[in-house]
Amino acid sequence: MIDTTTTGSAPARAPGRPRPRRRPRLAKALPYLLLLPALVAELAVHIIPMLVGAWMSLLHLTQFFIRNWTQAPYGGLANYRIAVNTNGPVGKDLLHSFLITIAITAVVVGCSWLFGLTAAVLLQRPFPGRAALRTLFLVPYALPVFTAVITWRFMFQRDTGLVNALLSDELRLTHGHPFWLLGDRSFAAVVVILVWRLWPFAFLTITAGLQSIPADLYEAAAIDGAGSLRLLTRVTLPLLRPVNRVLLLVLFLWTFNDFTTAYTLFDQPPAAADMISIHIYNASFITWNFGLGSAMSVLLLAFLMVVTLGYLGIGRLRGRHA
Amino acid sequence: MKARRITALVTGAIMVMATGGCGGGGGDKSSPKTLTYWASNQGRSIQQDQQVLGPELKKFEQRTGIKVKLEVIGWPDLLNRILAATSSGKGPDVLNIGNTWSASLQATGAFQSFDDATIAKVGGRGRFIPSTLTSTGAAGKPPGFVPLYGLAYGLFYNKKLFAQAGLKNPPRTWQELVADAKKLTDPAKKRYGVGMLGASYTEGAHFAFMFGAQNGARLFQGGQPGFDSPAMVAGVRQYLDLLGTDKVVDPADAEYVNDDQILKDFAAGKFGMMMIQSYATAGVRENGMKDDEYGVEQIPLPDPLPAGGRRVASHVAGINIGVFKNSGNKDGALKLVDFLTSPDEQKILNAAWGSLPVVPQAYDDPKFQTPAIQTFRKVLAEAAETLPMIPQEAQFETLVGNTVKGLIADAAAGRPVDDATIKSRLADANKKMQAGG
Amino acid sequence: MRESRTVRWARPVVLGLLALFTVIPLYVMAVSSIKPLKDVQGRFTWLPTHVTFRPFVDMWHTVPLGRYFVNSLVVSVSATVCSMVIAILAGYAVSRYRFAGRGTFMTAVLSTQMFPGILFLLPLFLIFVNVEKYTGIRLYGSRTGLTITYLTFALPFSIWLIAGYFDTIPRELDEAARVDGAGPIRTLFRVVLPVAAPGVVAVAIYAFMTAWGEVLFASVLTDDGTRTLAVGLRGYATQANVYWNQVMAASLVISLPVVVGFLALQRFLVHGLTAGAVKS
Repeated sequence: MIDTTTTGSAPARAPGRPRPRRRPRLAKALPYLLLLPALVAELAVHIIPMLVGAWMSLLHLTQFFIRNWTQAPYGGLANYRIAVNTNGPVGKDLLHSFLITIAITAVVVGCSWLFGLTAAVLLQRPFPGRAALRTLFLVPYALPVFTAVITWRFMFQRDTGLVNALLSDELRLTHGHPFWLLGDRSFAAVVVILVWRLWPFAFLTITAGLQSIPADLYEAAAIDGAGSLRLLTRVTLPLLRPVNRVLLLVLFLWTFNDFTTAYTLFDQPPAAADMISIHIYNASFITWNFGLGSAMSVLLLAFLMVVTLGYLGIGRLRGRHA
Repeated sequence: MKARRITALVTGAIMVMATGGCGGGGGDKSSPKTLTYWASNQGRSIQQDQQVLGPELKKFEQRTGIKVKLEVIGWPDLLNRILAATSSGKGPDVLNIGNTWSASLQATGAFQSFDDATIAKVGGRGRFIPSTLTSTGAAGKPPGFVPLYGLAYGLFYNKKLFAQAGLKNPPRTWQELVADAKKLTDPAKKRYGVGMLGASYTEGAHFAFMFGAQNGARLFQGGQPGFDSPAMVAGVRQYLDLLGTDKVVDPADAEYVNDDQILKDFAAGKFGMMMIQSYATAGVRENGMKDDEYGVEQIPLPDPLPAGGRRVASHVAGINIGVFKNSGNKDGALKLVDFLTSPDEQKILNAAWGSLPVVPQAYDDPKFQTPAIQTFRKVLAEAAETLPMIPQEAQFETLVGNTVKGLIADAAAGRPVDDATIKSRLADANKKMQAGG
Repeated sequence: MRESRTVRWARPVVLGLLALFTVIPLYVMAVSSIKPLKDVQGRFTWLPTHVTFRPFVDMWHTVPLGRYFVNSLVVSVSATVCSMVIAILAGYAVSRYRFAGRGTFMTAVLSTQMFPGILFLLPLFLIFVNVEKYTGIRLYGSRTGLTITYLTFALPFSIWLIAGYFDTIPRELDEAARVDGAGPIRTLFRVVLPVAAPGVVAVAIYAFMTAWGEVLFASVLTDDGTRTLAVGLRGYATQANVYWNQVMAASLVISLPVVVGFLALQRFLVHGLTAGAVKS
């Protein structure tokens, strides 16, 4: 179907075939035809289900109606009222989960970006073993998420895991064997896993960005007598701005929406690691209250939209997508 | 350019695989000659379930000409799968479930109710031991399910460890149990009095119910949840104190979530006693412990029983079986239910799982005359209460179970867990129940 | 360009620490997979008491890992191929044509990236079920349904990357082809695409990894026959928590092809990102 073996030169015209006439109407429709498959897929899997989800959030869709969900009674904004009422237990837990997720996201995005930048800058110059290190750093990103998390789950086991063996028995940093997957330490466990998985992506992106910075800019700055730190702040970081803008947004969205980590790591996440996606999943699937779960999801989407639009609005995207 | 070659290669390879792969996964429409049966995981692995059920279903096929497509579903997936089946109308013909969910699932209206005419086709009400019929659906309605396997809690104790600690008899009261557990506990040797599935929310919910009842608690009154009553607090406290105050449980147990872990520890003599359901007899045996090396008694009650307390040492536990309303082959489905609840099959299957037959005739078999089985039967007959059969039961298990699980984690981490903490957490669960229902 | 002493000193230390952080879990996965069961049930040790390859044999029998493997492979590969074709067409339109709704399209497509999966999981499920009810096309519980879902997950980022990559290819190439009489589709597949091969490879890697590692939708949209590795492995860990050596062996086997493929092709991904990300 895709013949990629031909060279880039112009293909030979088939003999006897007339040069195609210009057909303005078709030409006008062509971009839309090219977009059609993408549009259909997006509509079917993203847009329409999202609208259905928004509709469901207005229904009392509980266990009594999932069989005939079209007959679920209309509840207006009742589900939203429960979700945002922070005096009630449902709203209180949702707020707590939201704040926990914000905290986790802030730490994870910060650390991942910092690690990625550091490694990318330090690996800018050739030295023996550079290629090997670069490859190694990418492995966590290439690893399927669930195998990575399952490995960490094993490492965080209280009595058979590596983490306690290392920290307590060998380095003697902690006394006794604490739990990592129960109680407050689960926050740290989730952060460590997410950073481990995501910083390679930051590294990869920043490395790609650095490659597009012309070397003569560095030379010019170096001739002016700029030190390493000045080069970083005066040349590298400003030129990485466009890359960083996208990178930080992607890291934010990935971390904030992450479901797999908490789902694979815990059977039921402790309060300190109750990330918002799994919180909503549990709120709807375990208690079978899908109206309420949908309302929470819509609120989450609204938040993400506000953040993203605000973020992009600050540094208004110029160029092709404007 | 090399990249182009690689792309061409990759694309080619992918194309071949994709064309081979598309169109996979066809489903079979229901016909009078086939049935789909979803069985929850009873054995130690899904494979074991298939090995046990396979030959029996073959037998069924030989007798009736109906071929049964079996799918064994692990507990973590089961509720989701039932949900999918319920909302889509595309499900199995026959399925089995934890009996405590009966009323919740019955409320979805997706299951064929066992009214008099229907139940007559599977041997009639008279076929089943009466107590097992109490947990098959909401009171006052025809049962949504019929019993399949019976289960009950019991206290398992390691005879050797008891002898070593100078204990001649298993405990007869809760106070004795705590005292014995203390004698058995020796943290230096990594030996403890009691083992606990601390991270299992279902266990947490069951014990909250059981110990709550011993203190006089009622989970629901007039449809309103009462999870935070003083009696419930006292009941949860009774359970948590084993770990928190009395320190007779290894804090590591707070991470234990599945039976394998606790059964292995019990067989290895890491603790002296555990409170677990009857299926554990099969698992203990597989872990290399002989039947005469441990004993099973009723979980002892506090003496004297607190005011208003009830003699509850187990809920009426078990597995129920039901027929999906959308089944295209209801007659065949009922035949399968009839087959699986027949005395002969009851003997074979319950012996394999370590569960209790739900029909009286099956107990003729010497396999079900062991002391352990006698104990479980006695518990079910004399000291078992049915969990509330109301639609919100599944939510009760989730909410209260997870609350207990969280409290165990706190206690294991060395945080003080007092009445006020327990009360406030249970009150949260209570409010969620009211808001969610 | 000279380098300060601090940097020379910091480089091995910082990179060493990052390398250690990266490598430890990988080491644990590898070493635990060749440990006997007894070793993974006791206190963690850096080396096995004796090396055994039993876990690699046993893991295929404890759960139907082979079937999960085939399912994952078929779904991921189909989703990758389909999303590549769709993204190439759409990327070409966005890169080469100015048309009404172009900006809206890109914004709308990219904004789906922020949808929390949980929002459309249940609706999508209900839609699948109803499609089957009215058309007889089986989507729920089938590989086809999962393929459609996954190919869409990969689309937004793929279209964006490919469009960015096409932007870097000089339009003179298209013009030359057109002068020679090639239509737009021919130009795309014969002229632009071959030059954009690295970008396409990057997209393919991304799409494949997205599908291979997805858990949430697979957990609800598959049944026993179509279960993928992502769900199967979790079932493994909850069913027999104690067989950590087998779980690690399975993880290793599941990860290896993806990691090797990714590393072999990663330089194309870097190219693709340079073209896509930097241009925006």
